[in-house]
Amino acid sequence: MIFGLPVISVTIWLPIIFGILVLATGDDKNAPLARMLALVGSVLGCLVTLPLYTGFDNSTSNMQFVELHDWITHFNIHYHLGVDGISMLFILLNSFFTVIVVMAGWRVIEKRVAQYMAAFLVMSGIVNGVFSALDSILFYVFWEAMLIPMFIIIGLWGGPNRIYATMKFFLYTLLGSLLMLVALIYLYNLTGGSFAILDFHRVAIPMTAQIFIFIAFFFAFAVKVPMFPVHTWLPDAHVEAPTGGSVVLAAIMLKVGAYGFLRFSMPITPDASHKLAGVMIALSLIAIVYIGLVALMQSDMKKLVAYSSISHMGFVTLGLFIFNAYGMEGALLQMLSHGFVAGALFLCIGVLYDRVHSRQIADYGGVANKMPVFAAFFMLFAMANSGLPGTSAFVGEFMVVMGTIKVNFWYAFAAASTLIFGAAYTLWMYKRVIFGAVTNHHVAELTDINGREILIMTILAIFVLGMGLYPLPLSEIMHVSVNDLLVHVAHSKLPL
Amino acid sequence: MNLLANLIPAAAEIFLLVMVCFILIADLMLTKSSKIFTYLLVLLTLVGCMLITVGTHQNGVVYAFNRMYVDDLMSDVLKLLSYLAMFSVLVYSRQYLMLRGLFTGEFMVLALFALLGMNVMISANHFLTLYLGLELLSLSLYAMVALQRDSAIATEAAMKYFVLGALASGLLLYGMSMLYGATGSLELGAISDAIAQGVQNKSLLVFGLVFIVSGLAFKLGVVPFHMWVPDVYHGAPTAMTMLIGSVPKLAAFAFATRILVEGLQSMEHDWSGMLIVLAIASMALGNLSAIAQTNLKRMFAYSTITHMGFMLLGLISGGIEGYGASMFYTVTYVMMSLGAFGMIMLLSRAGFEADTLNDFKGLNQRSPWLAFMMMLLMLSMAGIPPTVGFYAKFSVLNSIVQTGHTWLAVVAVMFSLIGAFYYLRIIKLMYFDVPESHAPISVGTDTGLLISINGLGVLFLGLMPGALMSICAVSVQQSLLLH
Repeated sequence: MIFGLPVISVTIWLPIIFGILVLATGDDKNAPLARMLALVGSVLGCLVTLPLYTGFDNSTSNMQFVELHDWITHFNIHYHLGVDGISMLFILLNSFFTVIVVMAGWRVIEKRVAQYMAAFLVMSGIVNGVFSALDSILFYVFWEAMLIPMFIIIGLWGGPNRIYATMKFFLYTLLGSLLMLVALIYLYNLTGGSFAILDFHRVAIPMTAQIFIFIAFFFAFAVKVPMFPVHTWLPDAHVEAPTGGSVVLAAIMLKVGAYGFLRFSMPITPDASHKLAGVMIALSLIAIVYIGLVALMQSDMKKLVAYSSISHMGFVTLGLFIFNAYGMEGALLQMLSHGFVAGALFLCIGVLYDRVHSRQIADYGGVANKMPVFAAFFMLFAMANSGLPGTSAFVGEFMVVMGTIKVNFWYAFAAASTLIFGAAYTLWMYKRVIFGAVTNHHVAELTDINGREILIMTILAIFVLGMGLYPLPLSEIMHVSVNDLLVHVAHSKLPL
Repeated sequence: MNLLANLIPAAAEIFLLVMVCFILIADLMLTKSSKIFTYLLVLLTLVGCMLITVGTHQNGVVYAFNRMYVDDLMSDVLKLLSYLAMFSVLVYSRQYLMLRGLFTGEFMVLALFALLGMNVMISANHFLTLYLGLELLSLSLYAMVALQRDSAIATEAAMKYFVLGALASGLLLYGMSMLYGATGSLELGAISDAIAQGVQNKSLLVFGLVFIVSGLAFKLGVVPFHMWVPDVYHGAPTAMTMLIGSVPKLAAFAFATRILVEGLQSMEHDWSGMLIVLAIASMALGNLSAIAQTNLKRMFAYSTITHMGFMLLGLISGGIEGYGASMFYTVTYVMMSLGAFGMIMLLSRAGFEADTLNDFKGLNQRSPWLAFMMMLLMLSMAGIPPTVGFYAKFSVLNSIVQTGHTWLAVVAVMFSLIGAFYYLRIIKLMYFDVPESHAPISVGTDTGLLISINGLGVLFLGLMPGALMSICAVSVQQSLLLH
């Protein structure tokens, strides 16, 4: 409870209310006020999530901080919120990144500042809702509502091809969501009139139905992850999105898809999950290897990191569908780590883009001569992206590979190849951009990052290193929930 | 049964008729500059009707005039919503009509006559009353479309509307006469009983049903009887388009449920098959054609076809859930369509119609608030939460899945996905494009307030849809005598 208000509701509605307040500041005459208000809102939004961490009980897999109220009685839909070891950390991650995004857009965004800041604040609240909803319709409402601010963010502040990208983003994700809606309604009728996710976990479902439901969920979640072959929206959206948009897409949006697999697909349709695990593993490995190779070919930095994200998310889905504790915990850690690393990389690219207005690798070279501090930070994040031990990415990838090797050596072999490809594409890009002689006058005129940017980078660097050196506090939180989920998934739900 | 007991269920209609006649005469005395009094009188009449409808509400199902007329919860709710919708139409269109010299007594009297026709349809329990109400409504609408005498396109639209509408009425009448031949009655309850006991000439019955469904489809504007819809929506002055595109849908819903559910419940197996074809064809053709439109009114015409197809899905699934879902869908559709056409009229100026897609370009820069309202309305039409359009689609989908037609639900959502594109395109135009004109948007206090209520209402009902949903479900449950 915060001042007598339930914690999770506060984490959802506080940013949304601040978003509306920011919007109310009106046009760009009041931009400083809008920025200030957005910062206050995002920092408060981040602070109110702390009780979730401090008050969390590691020893149970039950839902905690539960709120349950009637909402639409006609369909037995409730306003039902709660977190467990799987979802809690993502709320923290999301609220934290909202602060980063607000700070990152501080000087860069000059047009329609209030609308920009408000969109991110509102989205932050909605995403917290996605991670904490325990009623599937409430989840669906948050899930879809999330698209609206993102649609506007990419479309309004994005690059030249933004409209194509944002339309593609919206329609792709809507396709999956609508199929999921039908699956949810089907489950509602199967449970005899309940939309509670936990009831869905318990209800027995025949095999054919399980497979159809799994496919429907697959479309919804795979598009968001994104998995090969429904990943094509991501590079477009990333390249055209403003820096803040890219950061949120990489750090938060992609996690929502994987979370969906954990909360819906696996526990609701365990038999179908096992049956189709081969397909999921194959798609994950294709994403890891093939998309890794695609990343190697990119000449646009943002596109490169976007493809690298798809490849890294392949690790997450691989970890989930090998059904053991190493894999699943590794996948969760990888999700968190990828949030920090990819978010940081997009911020780094944003720093360069703000100064030179180009994302092409060829337009850079010798940046280290002009921006030594920046080069150092960029180096750390590039190393983390290639999975260097001691950084956060290593922990997750290592655990997933360990889990996979128990299942099949060759799977693990293919997955581990990313350590090479990842290092290749990231470090090659880094070399071309940062090292060497100053190649053109744009680079010669660069100034090093300012105090605000150093602050953002330092915070992220601390998290990347901290998670890499001492991941125990995080894995402790998810441990019981993950084990319980694995036990649940191991039991068949076919009707007797 | 004494006279009073007969008159009470129809009290609101009688009051409306008296007032229309009074306004018709009073309007003649007023000069052209003081038409505002007629307008206020019309609004007062609507308020009066609301009060009377609420005041004369009786529990249960009450029949009057030898069971030709029925007063039940569903009819009262639909009537109240019709008054409300008509009220909005009049408020939205005042400025628009004044600028075009159409703000005349004729318009308002015809609007009220159309309302009277709809009320009679809503309360009809007999083929003759149904038909009378329908014709009163249709004739008023034909005349309204033609009201702008010097506009060639409006006259053409009126002509098309009249010819096709008359054809549809003919089909309906033919179907009714066949049912009369087969069952020996024109009263819905008696027809239902006769069919349940078994009629000798089954083929006559089925033929009658085919004609009835065709006529119904014409009036609803679903594929393949939709040809008049785009032309009429496009050709009529926007105020008339708004009227045609919103309020009559409530009556059409009542019309469809009264005939199909109350009258022909035992033939559900026959008509639900026909409706499935109509619904899928409407969703397919409506959505695909809407993408190609550059005129907003035409686009909304095709979108109406789609929405009516979706509404039919609720009737197909049947049961309280299905009919309740259909009613909820219709009510929310009326609300969204009022807002959308209202927005077109708000952006129109003297001598300028803001009815093409390009007129919405960059609206966010010209008026962020109006753009936001339009965004809410468009998201709602596309069925995206947290707007009420989502719950409308949701409840219909739920009723389909409940009856085991899961495949139909998948088809429906796939067409919704296609539909989402053209609604999103409007949001795209408003937010991402540069305005073509910077003409100031003059919004009257009344219209500004109404569009805000309309847009925020879509959002509010999207957050708290429970009450309206329950009202629809309860009124269907208490009114339709399901066997």
